[in-house]
Amino acid sequence: MKPLTVTGLRYFPRRRQTLPGFSLSLGLTLLWTGLLVVLPLTALLLRPWQHGIGPMLHALHDARMYAALRVSFICAFLAVLIDLPIGLLLAWTLVRYRPPGHRAVDALIDLPFAIPTAVTGIALATLYGPGGWIGAPAGKLGLKLAFSPAGIVIALTFIGLPFIVRSVEPVLRSFPKDVEEAAFLLGASGWQRFCRILLPALAPPLLSGAGLAFARGIGEYGSVIFIAGNQPFHSEVTPLLIVMRLQEFNYDGATSIALILLVTALLCLVAVSHLRRSVSSGLVREDSA
Amino acid sequence: MTSQSSRIIPIVLTLLSYTIIGLLIVLPVALILHEALRQGLHTAFETLKDPEARSAIRLTACVTAIVTVINTAGGIAAAWTLTKYDFRGARLLVSLIELPISVSPVIAGLVWLLLFGRQGWWGNWLGHHGLHIAFAVPGIVLATLFVTFPYVARTLMPYMEQQGRAAEEAAFLFGAGFWKTLIHVTLPDAGWALLSGVLLTTARAMGEFGAVAVISGHIPGVTETMPLHIETLYNGYQSVAAFAMAALLVLVAMTTVLIRMFLERSFRKQHP
Repeated sequence: MKPLTVTGLRYFPRRRQTLPGFSLSLGLTLLWTGLLVVLPLTALLLRPWQHGIGPMLHALHDARMYAALRVSFICAFLAVLIDLPIGLLLAWTLVRYRPPGHRAVDALIDLPFAIPTAVTGIALATLYGPGGWIGAPAGKLGLKLAFSPAGIVIALTFIGLPFIVRSVEPVLRSFPKDVEEAAFLLGASGWQRFCRILLPALAPPLLSGAGLAFARGIGEYGSVIFIAGNQPFHSEVTPLLIVMRLQEFNYDGATSIALILLVTALLCLVAVSHLRRSVSSGLVREDSA
Repeated sequence: MTSQSSRIIPIVLTLLSYTIIGLLIVLPVALILHEALRQGLHTAFETLKDPEARSAIRLTACVTAIVTVINTAGGIAAAWTLTKYDFRGARLLVSLIELPISVSPVIAGLVWLLLFGRQGWWGNWLGHHGLHIAFAVPGIVLATLFVTFPYVARTLMPYMEQQGRAAEEAAFLFGAGFWKTLIHVTLPDAGWALLSGVLLTTARAMGEFGAVAVISGHIPGVTETMPLHIETLYNGYQSVAAFAMAALLVLVAMTTVLIRMFLERSFRKQHP
């Protein structure tokens, strides 16, 4: 799930294409992208201003929206914090130890991405709910997991895990062995080799995985609403608030919130890609795998 | 590297990862199958034969088929354009194609309402002419198209980039036209990547919930896809029926994951 870098794309002024069919295939691509992505997103960009600046100002004064944004951001952030060590551990085990059954585990890691979100939602709500396999024993200990913000964190942890593992795995796999061997011969302990050599190299993919998981997390709907409890100001996530506004036929309100959510998600991704570039150690080419 | 600890650490870490995978991923999947089969396999199958359930399955199959065909064609065109030619604005086009990944599914449904809803730009005009897109099947198709938009292009591009252009240029010099080159030279070579992207598109299209929930209007038997029907059943306390349909989707999802893994592994063996 790592971001794609098409390295060969450069700007060649007035160079004739060697292969035929350029205008046909570019035309098809532009038609497809224009109708299905650019057109609807233009509507999203323009709509909040259609009735003047009023609806947007109104949306910006909505305390419930800030509460929903806070819930979404904090829960997505906590979920990523949980996913980072788990994802690193899983990638490490799979790549370095190849234990019995590692292929099955490798396949299982993709499941949160492949299972429909509504299915995840009802499964997690039942599992962590008051009578569930995990919810019941946790309830005896006084922990309320489902129908609270903790439930949102659980759902987003599940959703985000593949992003971290799949970002780290290829880099870990292509990590040059001789660097570690040299460190070992120079007397570095296992822990030192991990902290001083591997972790700096793994920081960029960890960051980009975290960015993707976070962006996905703040927009997540299906897996969250069943387990969240959905109380305004407490456990209501932003995408749900958009749906509520739409059910009130408040299109302007819904669109303003949507625009704010989308812009923040994109800003997060841009920030992460800048951060990633600045911590890049240059040891491993991320796009090599 | 043969100290005492270096033998114990791998075992501890492996056990730890297996426990985490078990708790986090295996347990929810096991629960879905357990809940679906609580009253036996027969009851589970019976719930899938309910008319509304059957209509949901049919609608999902139909929407998935249309979406997969359109996004596969678009994805091939995009991947080919971006990797076989040099032109201005290519980077912008790549970002645009990847944009839907970071858009919340709810927003993916909302944008089509803004165009085709009753308060939307063209919804009323089209409605007067008998064309209903929002709260109807075309809206569901559009929302699903948006959500699964990048997958084929994203899986194909890195591979076609690596292919280079020599084979295509040779085919062209020997007199093959555009379509012949695409169908007989480029695509067979990129076959596994294409199939993997198509499977991913299918899996995501089948399971899309948020975007479809916003635009479908939730009319049982008419505009309810499988995930929406699961929500209706679950909220109506029809737990066995909800989990039976969920189990069906999970089985399809697991199959696609396995096939994709197999494809990628056999590819890696061919091109180490």
